[in-house]
Amino acid sequence: MASLETSGSRLTGTGLTLAYDQRVVATGLSVAIPDESFTVIIGPNACGKSTLLRALARMLKPKAGAVHLDGSVITSLPSKEVARRLGLLPQSSIVPDGITVADLVARGRYPHQKLMRQWSKADEAAVDEAMRATDVTELADRIVDELSGGQRQRVWLAMALAQETPILLLDEPTTFLDISHQIEVLDLCAELHEAGRTMVAVLHDLNQACRYATHLIVMKAGRILAEGDPTEIVTPELVREVFDLRCEIIQDPQSGTPLIVPEARRRVPATAAF
Amino acid sequence: MRDAPAGGSLNVRLGPWSVRLAPRALLVSLLLLLAGLLVTVAALSTGEFTVPVPDIIGALFGQGTPVAELIVGKLRAPRVVTGLLVGAAFGMGGAIFQSLTRNPLGSPDFIGFTAGASTGGIIAVVAGGSALTIAGGALAGCVVTAVLVYALAYRGGVQGYRLVLVGIGANALLLAVNSYILTRANINDAATAGAWLTGSLSGRGWEHARPVALALLVLLPLCAYISRPMRMIEMGDDAAKAMGVRVEAVRAAAIAAGVLLTGVATAAAGPVIFVAMAAPQLARRLTRSPGVTLASSALMGAVLLTAADLAAQRLLAPTQLPVGVLTAAIGGTYLVLLLRKDRH
Repeated sequence: MASLETSGSRLTGTGLTLAYDQRVVATGLSVAIPDESFTVIIGPNACGKSTLLRALARMLKPKAGAVHLDGSVITSLPSKEVARRLGLLPQSSIVPDGITVADLVARGRYPHQKLMRQWSKADEAAVDEAMRATDVTELADRIVDELSGGQRQRVWLAMALAQETPILLLDEPTTFLDISHQIEVLDLCAELHEAGRTMVAVLHDLNQACRYATHLIVMKAGRILAEGDPTEIVTPELVREVFDLRCEIIQDPQSGTPLIVPEARRRVPATAAF
Repeated sequence: MRDAPAGGSLNVRLGPWSVRLAPRALLVSLLLLLAGLLVTVAALSTGEFTVPVPDIIGALFGQGTPVAELIVGKLRAPRVVTGLLVGAAFGMGGAIFQSLTRNPLGSPDFIGFTAGASTGGIIAVVAGGSALTIAGGALAGCVVTAVLVYALAYRGGVQGYRLVLVGIGANALLLAVNSYILTRANINDAATAGAWLTGSLSGRGWEHARPVALALLVLLPLCAYISRPMRMIEMGDDAAKAMGVRVEAVRAAAIAAGVLLTGVATAAAGPVIFVAMAAPQLARRLTRSPGVTLASSALMGAVLLTAADLAAQRLLAPTQLPVGVLTAAIGGTYLVLLLRKDRH
């Protein structure tokens, strides 16, 4: 139905109205995920960023409009076929009791398997590669329940990687992790992006978003207020409009990307400064 | 090949085909089959009139003495076969609902389905129905309860915990209804219904075994087909959908299969308590496989029920206990022991 002038975007949403039961989160929302980008969706709580991601991943059926994958309405494609092209790491999944890391990662091969083709050589290779990329090979025989939060998130990522999809969506992959594990997971995402995958992540931290995104989508109240390269679109005015926060923007000394420094209420006396 | 510690995995590949087997689960299944065979032979051979083991085959195929043929072929064999089938159906039905609800308390015994079957059964008893009517009443009661619970728990899909909560409510309500019916019934009907409510295999003939066998024959392939997607759903709806599982379709098929298995089993033997709850838990701990497994749960259910029935017949002979008393005792004890071991 929708015209797709979006060459360079295998995954698009057109005229989306998104709602949970009767609560409408967004209307007339259109978005195109640039191929081979690391797209980060950001915005204040309840702005609809996770809802949009869930709609793109066909977890939520739009009330109006449609999500297209490779030009076809995503719900018209066989579900396993979609799962071979597009992966999703949900915000929270349940670890089956007593499952080992290797067995959990192996479940990522489900869309490639059939009743009589349960464990091909390709399955084995993909699982090995996914565990290597996420650095969990050493943990293969461990019980997932007994791992730390950061390790467990790497295992879930490994499962999504074993799925071998060219597009991977991540719903707040760093929530509940401490700062070092957040960076670890995001660095891993950046590596996966550099290896040629299209990555789409919902993040909370604006500075992390600026650092890792090649394409930033800024949302507020169910609308997209700005999108593009973070260095081009992130301004004090935008941050103030979206987050209601006064700030200064400097260059991140490490990455050269925008760094948001909120206005301070209190200053350390000059003599104590270093 | 990389081995997981839970007995590792055994990959069998032949041309384009490959299957992945868990050696430990296979071994447990084989041992359960063996245990089932032993119980069957013991049930056919022992009792007031002992039939020596070598004579059993003859008696079954019309080569034995008339007495042996009557006792083994007409009395003991239908009872033990009914026990095996009913146990398997309860075990698998329980495994299905425990997987869907991700909760051992999600068993049909706890979420009202067995209680609903009981309501149907005792209404038939009080109405003076035949054995067939009682069975029909039980099946109908189970299906109606399941439809109501599903409908009440439905909100654009059914979440496991909602199913459990609504089911527990329905269970309490139906138990009250059952008690009320019994207090209003005349004393003879109440006694018959009371006996049926404990669950029993006594006096079961081939006519009881046949419907359960038919149900298993139809539902086993379906269950084999949906067991893999069901295991994916145990990780959460989003995770399963992301892997290409058609969550609502699989769940609807699983619920239908679980309700029918529980319904026909209750119709044949009455609401034998605890098999549906304990069998999947016991099987899971023995196989050490993650999540609920259907096949080993079915085998465990069959062994548990027939062993309990054998004990119920022989332990206090000539007094005969209803099997339901024993399943609760054996299953409960074993489960408590295993749970204690779990704590390390």
